[in-house]
Amino acid sequence: MQGIPISHFLILSAILFSLGVIGVTIRRNAIVIFMSIELMLNAVNLTFLAFSNYLNNVEGQIFVFMVMVVAAAEVAVGLAIIVAIFRLRETVHVDDIKLMKW
Amino acid sequence: MLQITLFYIFAILAVLGGIMVIVHRNPIYSALSLILTLFALAGEYVLLMAHFIAIVHIAVYAGAIMVLFLFVIMLLNIRIEERAPGAFRYMVYIGVPMAAILFLQLGYLAFQGFKEVYVQNTDVGTVERIGQALFSKYVLPFEITSILLVVAMVGAVYLSKRKLEIVE
Repeated sequence: MQGIPISHFLILSAILFSLGVIGVTIRRNAIVIFMSIELMLNAVNLTFLAFSNYLNNVEGQIFVFMVMVVAAAEVAVGLAIIVAIFRLRETVHVDDIKLMKW
Repeated sequence: MLQITLFYIFAILAVLGGIMVIVHRNPIYSALSLILTLFALAGEYVLLMAHFIAIVHIAVYAGAIMVLFLFVIMLLNIRIEERAPGAFRYMVYIGVPMAAILFLQLGYLAFQGFKEVYVQNTDVGTVERIGQALFSKYVLPFEITSILLVVAMVGAVYLSKRKLEIVE
């Protein structure tokens, strides 16, 4: 009785990471770009857990823990920045906010 | 057999949710699709014997992060995204092939290197093992994350409180 090959998990993770890359490059809404970044972080977490299981090593799980903390902090600060930009310019389109100072 | 079936169900759900995130015009539908992806990924974590991480993942992402996303989307009342004007119109023709090349590289490496390796039944994802590592060897990074969270919280409060003025 054999389980699931590790390569399946890695390929699923590669698919999700590529979807995140596509989202960051083609979407122009800052909030959707943030969600694509979350998608990429989750793909990386899946890879960490797959290798943690393969190597029977607890470091991968600790790292996933840290990535989750960083993701939570990033979302809190990032959404606050988006809210501040929206108050200032009435838009979250990255095309309209491409200049640093105008 | 049951495990591989569950794996494929969760994988298809995750990929479908990921595609919906990037193709939907309305950000609220994108956020709800992302929740579907996150729940499917929690199922994959359980299949990898990482039970603690799966529970924490659902609590943190579905409970905190996605609520924050939906809250901000509804607070800002963003209209549906229109066609991208100007120089960014051609990003589709650059971004999609770039991501496809990235996927082919990563997928080739994963397929070549780890074809014969299978998920094993370990206790590496239990609360006991993670707790022992987190509070002995990794206690300093664990404590530093609390500082990071405090800094993020203060930053978020400051950014949303301050009155910004338009610089003309």
